[in-house]
Amino acid sequence: MVAPTTPAEIGGIGHSLQRKEDARLIEGQGNFLDDIDLPNTLHMAILRSPLAHARINGIDSEAAMALDGVLAVVTGDLMDQHGLAWMPTLSGDTQAVLATDKVRYQGQEVAAVIATDPYIATDALELIEVDYEELPPITTPQQSLEEGAALIRDEKEGQTDNLAYTWETGDQGATEEAFAKADRVVTLETHYPRSHPAPLETCGIVADINSVTGQATIYMTSQAPHAHRTLFAMVAGLPEQNIRIVSPDIGGGFGNKVPIYPGYVVATAASLLIGQPVKWVESRTENLISTGFARDYYMKGELAVTDEGRILGLRVNMLSDQGAFYSDAQPTQFRAGLFHVVTGSYDFPAAHIDCKGAFTNKAPGGVAYRCSFRITEASYLIERLVQNAAYEVGIDPAEMRLRNFIQPEQFPYETATGFVYDSGDYPTALRTAMDEVGYEDLRREQAEARAEGRLIGIGIAHFTEAVGAGPSRTYDIAGLKMIDSAELRVHPTGKAILKLGVKTQGQGHETTFAQIVAEVLGIPANDIKVEHGDTNHTPYGLGTYASRSTPVGGAATAVVARKLADKSKKIAAHLLEAADEDIELASGVFSVAGSPDRSVTIQDVALAAYTNLPEGMEYGLEDVTYYDPPNLTYPYGSYIVVVEVDPDTGVWQVQRMVALDDCGVRINPMIVEGQICGGLTEGFAMSAMQWITFDEDGNCIGANFMDYLVPTAWETPRFELLATEVPSPHHPIGAKGVGESATVGSPAAFVNAVIDAVAHLGVRNIDMPVLPDRVWAAIEEAS
Amino acid sequence: MEVNITINGSEHASDVEPRTLLVDHIRRTVGLTGTHVGCDTTSCGACTVLMDGTPVKACTVLAAQADGSEVTTVEGLKGADGLHPIQSAFTDDHGLQCGFCTPGMMLVGASLIAENPDPSDDEVRWAISGNLCRCTGYINIVKAIQTAAARVAESSNGS
Repeated sequence: MVAPTTPAEIGGIGHSLQRKEDARLIEGQGNFLDDIDLPNTLHMAILRSPLAHARINGIDSEAAMALDGVLAVVTGDLMDQHGLAWMPTLSGDTQAVLATDKVRYQGQEVAAVIATDPYIATDALELIEVDYEELPPITTPQQSLEEGAALIRDEKEGQTDNLAYTWETGDQGATEEAFAKADRVVTLETHYPRSHPAPLETCGIVADINSVTGQATIYMTSQAPHAHRTLFAMVAGLPEQNIRIVSPDIGGGFGNKVPIYPGYVVATAASLLIGQPVKWVESRTENLISTGFARDYYMKGELAVTDEGRILGLRVNMLSDQGAFYSDAQPTQFRAGLFHVVTGSYDFPAAHIDCKGAFTNKAPGGVAYRCSFRITEASYLIERLVQNAAYEVGIDPAEMRLRNFIQPEQFPYETATGFVYDSGDYPTALRTAMDEVGYEDLRREQAEARAEGRLIGIGIAHFTEAVGAGPSRTYDIAGLKMIDSAELRVHPTGKAILKLGVKTQGQGHETTFAQIVAEVLGIPANDIKVEHGDTNHTPYGLGTYASRSTPVGGAATAVVARKLADKSKKIAAHLLEAADEDIELASGVFSVAGSPDRSVTIQDVALAAYTNLPEGMEYGLEDVTYYDPPNLTYPYGSYIVVVEVDPDTGVWQVQRMVALDDCGVRINPMIVEGQICGGLTEGFAMSAMQWITFDEDGNCIGANFMDYLVPTAWETPRFELLATEVPSPHHPIGAKGVGESATVGSPAAFVNAVIDAVAHLGVRNIDMPVLPDRVWAAIEEAS
Repeated sequence: MEVNITINGSEHASDVEPRTLLVDHIRRTVGLTGTHVGCDTTSCGACTVLMDGTPVKACTVLAAQADGSEVTTVEGLKGADGLHPIQSAFTDDHGLQCGFCTPGMMLVGASLIAENPDPSDDEVRWAISGNLCRCTGYINIVKAIQTAAARVAESSNGS
């Protein structure tokens, strides 16, 4: 690790500074969405479909309306009168706000009650009678694409089947040639199951529209408040200058709080019509069954390899279950997100990826759950395939990787699907992790254990992520370019306010972004207040997801601080009566080259910026930067998991988990490690226990925390963390982003470990979550 | 119905609907919003408060059941001499990220170390296994609770 260049009292890059946001949170003084209590607030509750697929013949809300305290029952017909029964999705589809014709998944929004009290609103839901005519549900994408399957999206013009999209990339001809030259083809078919980010705080809104002034103040659990303001303006037709989105403290996001959900639209419309604030906060069940599912990819990967273990090419066919509406949150150009990063960390010339998505009678969403747009699925597939290829070729899975890695001198490296990886040293990362875990010894122990009938498995994943979307030439969401911004104001006493377009959900931006400024200007990080989340008080940006805050917003912060450093040097030159070019800045002290005793501090300069300027200079010490990254950044890591599997029950326990991450320069190592531990836990969750599934009628199994198993402290393994630090060559401070790496990389490591324990029996796949009964069945079938 | 609950040392007499949940009473009637709601099935522990010193999940306790009891919420952790050791340990050990589970975690931790002055890693993990955290992977929460225990032990040995 690079040592910090600033002293601890300044707290620039590399210091494990305590978090500024903690003070309010440990005293119960956070301000989460549900804590917002405006005068005269009304409360909304949503009636949801109990059926996965049904025609609505009528809705009787008379009894609900008659209940004391109920002000309105909003139905699809009412929304339709205002042109708001349907809304656009982030993937160019449309989605029902409140159902008018059919319900297309269990949990779909059918009506909403507005009442004076949340208990009354919920009571009223039970008084609404909906006349449903049941239709047969389609619960898998395979059924959905069968000839003659019932049309789910019968309202959609030109839609004659259940295909949501098709997308392909890579060079099919070159890939066929590679496969023709291969000694063997290794195939893996596996399902990355539907999951849910399930942040501990559910989604919610308080919409406060003043019917006289037209001012719309909308408090939302939003990872992207500026983008949401613009989308609200476009969808609801509200003038953008009258919309203020405030995203308060957020209790975790993980992608769940990127989309605009129907409840937000209904609450906003209700506030507009009634003229009072309307609050809606999801219940946990509503959260799990209706907003923001992730994954659900059926993947078939084929790897063309030689007998020496060289990879020649990759072919992938992928079918995604989109649910009833295609509403993935992803860049417009890429119909399957950044899934085409599936070539992973390996140097081979040819790949072809063929994707399609199908509508089913399940909740829509397709959010990138702690992931840069489907990179988790991609990373999982290639790392599973490479391990299986090693078995088929007959070499160690670590050796298989070492033979195929992109080498350090090959960067920048253009992959077969067009990503230009900026930097990395993969062999060093893997070897470092192997040394730490004692890889060779473990392999011996594994063999000895096997002789005794015990099953030990060692699983590796070496992932490469593509994060920090992104360059405006390639990346937009709904037409909005994925740039981001920072505005820095240094006040006369030398204290500063930094305003960001990105928005923390627990990542610690109020601390780390202050550290970036501290690094550049030498203002102590504790003298820099970071503001974010309020569109009236921060510059525009696309928000926080896809690990883009540090790569894009962090870059903007460094650049704006450098702009102020340049101006500050001129002011310092004026104060020191020296030439501009002779001024040097280090840790907040401006000195004259060659005469270190002639110096002024950043605090002196800040005061002078408002009181004593060189001739012709404009007053003030503030600026704003919009940053358009030249490329994505490419964090990577080598993870090694050791498990023991009980052959009689299929229960597996993690014995060791060594995680080496390279996220480039670490702004606050403590926070980085915190992000990694959290991400590893979510990766473990998906491999071991966490999934959203459905019965054949389309009932969601996993609709509460008793059925949707997220790990507690008891199940969560202990982690051993390692780091290397190859800086991103194009990022202003060399950082790459880290919030999602561990969730992306670790599922393959856990699953590979279980497979490795039983691979000698011939087992090559167990679908996630790798539940004990599935392991047991795989062992039984293989023996 | 009339309920009398002492919350963080102050008596609160209120007229509530019999079905009012303790968590809603604390948040909406009394106005202390540090106690959070993460589910409504006693699964996540974000709503944990201490009732007569014992952790309970306030989303499945009726306000009526708390009548006559002493309730401590996160707002009541800080004493006249400053932060409770569990609060400073959570900051020092980076035991929180989004902060939503933190009040419940700290209250369970405070209750644990009141009974067990030197809890092992497993004992802490078992004690907080009714409280979910989606951010941290628990490792620093466990560490923070052990740090707080050590600090409490040290200060009581010193006094």
